[in-house]
Amino acid sequence: MFEKLLRIDRRIIFLFVLIALIVPLFLNISQHIAISPEVRDIYDSLRKLQPGSRVLLAFDYDPPSAPELQPMAVAVMKYCFKHNLKVIIMGLWPQGPLQANLAIESIKRDKEFKDNPPIYDKDYVNLGYMTGNELVIQGMGTDIQRTFPRDYLGNPTSSLSVMKGITNFSNIDFIFNLSAGYPGTVEWVLFAVDRFHAKLSAGNTAVQAPQVYPYVHSGQLSGLAGGLKGAAELEKLLGFYGKGTKFMLSQSFAHIVVIFFIIVGNVAYFATRGKKKK
Amino acid sequence: MEFGFTFSNTLAAILTIGIISFLWRDNPLYKLCEALFVGVSAGYWFVSLYYQNLLPQLFDKLGLTLIITPHADVKEGALQVLFKQGRFDERILYIFAGILGIMMLMRLFPNLGWVSRWPLAFIVGTTSGLYFTTYFQSNAMAQLKSTIIPLNSINNIVIVVGTVCGLIYFYFSKEHKGVLGGAAKVGTWFLMVTFGASFGYTVMSRMSLLIGRIDFIFSTWLGLVK
Repeated sequence: MFEKLLRIDRRIIFLFVLIALIVPLFLNISQHIAISPEVRDIYDSLRKLQPGSRVLLAFDYDPPSAPELQPMAVAVMKYCFKHNLKVIIMGLWPQGPLQANLAIESIKRDKEFKDNPPIYDKDYVNLGYMTGNELVIQGMGTDIQRTFPRDYLGNPTSSLSVMKGITNFSNIDFIFNLSAGYPGTVEWVLFAVDRFHAKLSAGNTAVQAPQVYPYVHSGQLSGLAGGLKGAAELEKLLGFYGKGTKFMLSQSFAHIVVIFFIIVGNVAYFATRGKKKK
Repeated sequence: MEFGFTFSNTLAAILTIGIISFLWRDNPLYKLCEALFVGVSAGYWFVSLYYQNLLPQLFDKLGLTLIITPHADVKEGALQVLFKQGRFDERILYIFAGILGIMMLMRLFPNLGWVSRWPLAFIVGTTSGLYFTTYFQSNAMAQLKSTIIPLNSINNIVIVVGTVCGLIYFYFSKEHKGVLGGAAKVGTWFLMVTFGASFGYTVMSRMSLLIGRIDFIFSTWLGLVK
């Protein structure tokens, strides 16, 4: 039997994983989500901001990473709009600011914001994408309006009311970076935090999170949300349940299947190894 | 608009299923989707790089856009300021970036390939200079500082032991025997745990991407999940 298990067709495993991912989407079960200290740090940083504070949201990802990062973006934006924090959007990835627009569109459709939808240049501005990777962050440390002379609509940045009085990072109260790779959180830590002493939290894809965790421990990063779990935690803390929470059940079911097959594979391996030695 | 929305979603769903079908086996639909992906990506990035890099950062700033299309809705560039108003505009320095960019393209010609080494040398030099102090400050000093902590909790002990043993594992000037060998072995365990955590996160990330596509198929396309 164990030999059979070792020769199991990989497509059977794929099928089990697929079922584990699909079925929970149809179930109406809520899953307990434990809050990690790293995500709580983000929440604490946001909670300390006074109404009218300027929050810079850096969208450094593209559609492939949206399942993990878009729920974080939506939750943080909703919190900002609800608490009258002024949001400044930008991106070091070409599609990043477009993801921000999608997030805002979804917020405008939300029942909670239907009567009071976020208004451009009153609640938020989108500075768009700027080429130059880490050099853009370096430039923003000196002069944001010079680095982004116009917003994504073509308006001069100096004419935007949200941007009034903003020269560099010292006029930004909080930065939240959504990152899926390079350029992303590492570059923001290296240039914005360590060089210009900006206050930064980040939401990362799960692949990137282990690389960024050391910056949390060293205090260079004020909080980190990693992957879908981080998104679900953020949604829970901020009080806006969305796709992060919804997808967690599928994620957990799939993990159970993966762990099950790892255990089965190991048991089968050790059981047959003994027989082979004999 | 409704038809357009449905059509684009149907197309996206078919392409998603086509790519995922590779898990079953290589097949013509997968090949078609892969070829489409490569072609569309190349086209998209070409257009994106032109409109988001070359045009605003080089042609507009130098004033080449206004020379080619005099009625374009852009501000005067450095060349117009220099020749019409007789003033020096610092944006004229972008001409060097343009020259370096053209030199980089010389790689396409076998006889002139050596020319591309100059802009490469420029990139390597400036990047090294930019990162030298930054990396040392952020990734060496700050991380080192965060491991000099009192051993008053299990967390702190794990961090200090893990760091020291991990470093010992990569110390090759002395044979890993005795205490050094034992510490290196502990370092190996810490490295294994790190790789395991990374692998776990990678699995989580890939699952999330698949969940995203499945949600698209069942919610956005088929409308079966609310």
